[in-house]
Amino acid sequence: MMDFEYLVVLLALLFCVIMAMIRVIRGPTAPDRIVGLDTINTIVIIGMIIFGAAFNEVIYIDVAIVYALLSFISTLFIAKYLEGGDF
Amino acid sequence: MLEILIYILLGIGIFFNFLAGVGLLRFPDVYTRLHAGTKCTTFGSIFICVSVIILGLKMWYQGSTDGSVLAIHTLGALVAILLTNPTGAHAIARAAHRSGVEPVGAVIDSLRKKPTKITVKKKTEVKE
Repeated sequence: MMDFEYLVVLLALLFCVIMAMIRVIRGPTAPDRIVGLDTINTIVIIGMIIFGAAFNEVIYIDVAIVYALLSFISTLFIAKYLEGGDF
Repeated sequence: MLEILIYILLGIGIFFNFLAGVGLLRFPDVYTRLHAGTKCTTFGSIFICVSVIILGLKMWYQGSTDGSVLAIHTLGALVAILLTNPTGAHAIARAAHRSGVEPVGAVIDSLRKKPTKITVKKKTEVKE
């Protein structure tokens, strides 16, 4: 069972994700889209932590840690790809 | 008493995440958008993680063993966010500068004459 205040927090985070998604769709250049994607990744991590606190399950927070590290590696790869040159 | 502290910390974190979204929409440039989108989410996630840690410590004090595990794992997630987020932002900014995106209203770019052009010239000289 989920408390009301955590539901409000998650809806506010969903609103932030929607604002970042607008930037991902409308971005004029490719680095704009990556900035939006990075912001969405961080907000999703926070949402997983809030889920873990709301449902009292520790496994969601473990998933959040793994998601943070994997999204970091994906961001580094996309940045390296934009930069050009040899790997 | 602790409930009120947890709600205040959650509110501060949500406020800063909201500021990140507004900054992403309103700023004119890649670098200023990066400034808003990375710093504000990192600062807000610190407050939200601290509120969850306080919740776990309170549950642990009331006698459940789940609370301590919740607090320690949230601390691990907070360390992961604090290590990875500024590094990714730095990589994105460097990639944007090297792929030719210029700041809005910039008059002089003093990073322009640095190693990239020199290495390119050396490579062409070797080929010739």
